[in-house]
Amino acid sequence: MCGIVGLYTKNPDLQSSLGSLLSAMLIQMADRGPDSAGFAIYHDPVGAESIKVTLQGNHDTDWKQIEQQIAEGLDPAVKISPIATHAVVTLSVGGDKAIEWIDSSLKTVRMTGNGRSIEIFKEKGHPREVIETFSLQDMTGTHALGHTRMATESRVTTEHSHPFSTGMDLCLVHNGSLSNHNRLREKLRADGIRFQTDNDSEVAAGYLTWRLKQGATLKESMQAALADLDGFYTFAIGTKNGFAVLRDPIACKPAVLAETEDWVAMSSEYRSIAQLPGNEKARVWEPNPATIYSWERES
Amino acid sequence: MKFDLAGQGVRELNRFLHGPDSQGSVVKVDNPSGSHNLAVGALQNCQVTIHGHVGYYCAAMNQHAEITVRGNAGPGLGENMMSGTVRVQGNASQYCGATAHGGLLVVEGNASSRCGISLKGMDIVVGGSIGHMSAFMAQTGRLVVCGDAAESMGDSIYEARIYVRGKVAGLGTDCIEKAMEDEHLNELEELLDRAKLNYSAKEFKRYGSARRLYNFDVDNASLY
Repeated sequence: MCGIVGLYTKNPDLQSSLGSLLSAMLIQMADRGPDSAGFAIYHDPVGAESIKVTLQGNHDTDWKQIEQQIAEGLDPAVKISPIATHAVVTLSVGGDKAIEWIDSSLKTVRMTGNGRSIEIFKEKGHPREVIETFSLQDMTGTHALGHTRMATESRVTTEHSHPFSTGMDLCLVHNGSLSNHNRLREKLRADGIRFQTDNDSEVAAGYLTWRLKQGATLKESMQAALADLDGFYTFAIGTKNGFAVLRDPIACKPAVLAETEDWVAMSSEYRSIAQLPGNEKARVWEPNPATIYSWERES
Repeated sequence: MKFDLAGQGVRELNRFLHGPDSQGSVVKVDNPSGSHNLAVGALQNCQVTIHGHVGYYCAAMNQHAEITVRGNAGPGLGENMMSGTVRVQGNASQYCGATAHGGLLVVEGNASSRCGISLKGMDIVVGGSIGHMSAFMAQTGRLVVCGDAAESMGDSIYEARIYVRGKVAGLGTDCIEKAMEDEHLNELEELLDRAKLNYSAKEFKRYGSARRLYNFDVDNASLY
């Protein structure tokens, strides 16, 4: 069991309360996943020449020293904003080069996500504690995804927590379990996809990264996942301008979608959606199996 | 009797419905907000109305009570009901009415996958459509669908009867269309009437087991 939530604001007035709304939704899913929690929030996009990278360290990480290391080795204009055990790094150099340098040069921290607007935070512990650690309730943005984890396939660590990055401004959260992840991970590794853990959901994220690198669109990649991923899943996938939802053909993992004039929301259960303003007037439905649902704002 | 779940707990509500004091009572439940296990195991003849959406297992194991949900229901609605009536005015999620033995379950909207899985005698009437794998291994009881049915309906079905008014996307193994005799038209009219759904039984087709998958021979009864 795990819990998934997603919230996409159509009404710009809601952007200032995105973090508090997502917190309320995530706390409702704490029973479904008390082991760890995480979230991806899309806000403050940087310019086309820049990139934002979220790094995960620990409470002892010396972020000043990391900043200095990046300034000397990669980008003298680096800006770093520590938030508890994580830090958001803004770089003025292009995407691939920066990501490769960080992966190979920074040994004491690891990257949770990268893109123009995405920031990914995750930690072990009860979702309520994780929300407080990062002050999610005070964050703002256009859209966000969250996850509460009850571990079934692999260990409880921060690295094993969701969301998993799947590329620039993309991330994935998963409720379910995959049964062909070991073989698929080896195949993807052979094709150059890097994995940080033995987690099954990370393989789903890696699979989408691999398809996208081959030039497929997100929808094509999700369609292909229906054939290549064996197991149970409800996925929510965060994109730069929105989010997408996919359930496996058996669809035994729950999902509820709801939409009003002001927002689109998804959750494992309705009780998260009941936290949102105007929920009583929302159109509420259950997504069909093996069907891609997506929302995008015009960029 | 009123319960406001914005302040009161689910156990308080359920404890009342289990006890003798609920006999003959009229119970109003506000602010369910998708909570789980609402009105589970009600034991008395009483009327319960829940104003809002409910979570997992609402009205499961119900006996005697008449329970109405003015909203949508999460997974496992009316699971293993024994008797009584449950009515949902919105949609119901997965496996509503699973393994239920008796009573009537009415979903005015749509019911999603595995509706009436392993049904053991209850009647289910769905005003809208049903999801895939519905009535899987249903043993006895009746499932009435006023809309359409998704793939693999009635897979490995035993002696339950299914009536569908709309299109069936696909029948499961050993499930076939069967002739509508007077007996079937009569029982269907009665079920639609009890469910307060205004359709003619003549608009429906009947589905059931081809009896090729399981072999019951009365001469071998002592072996079962």
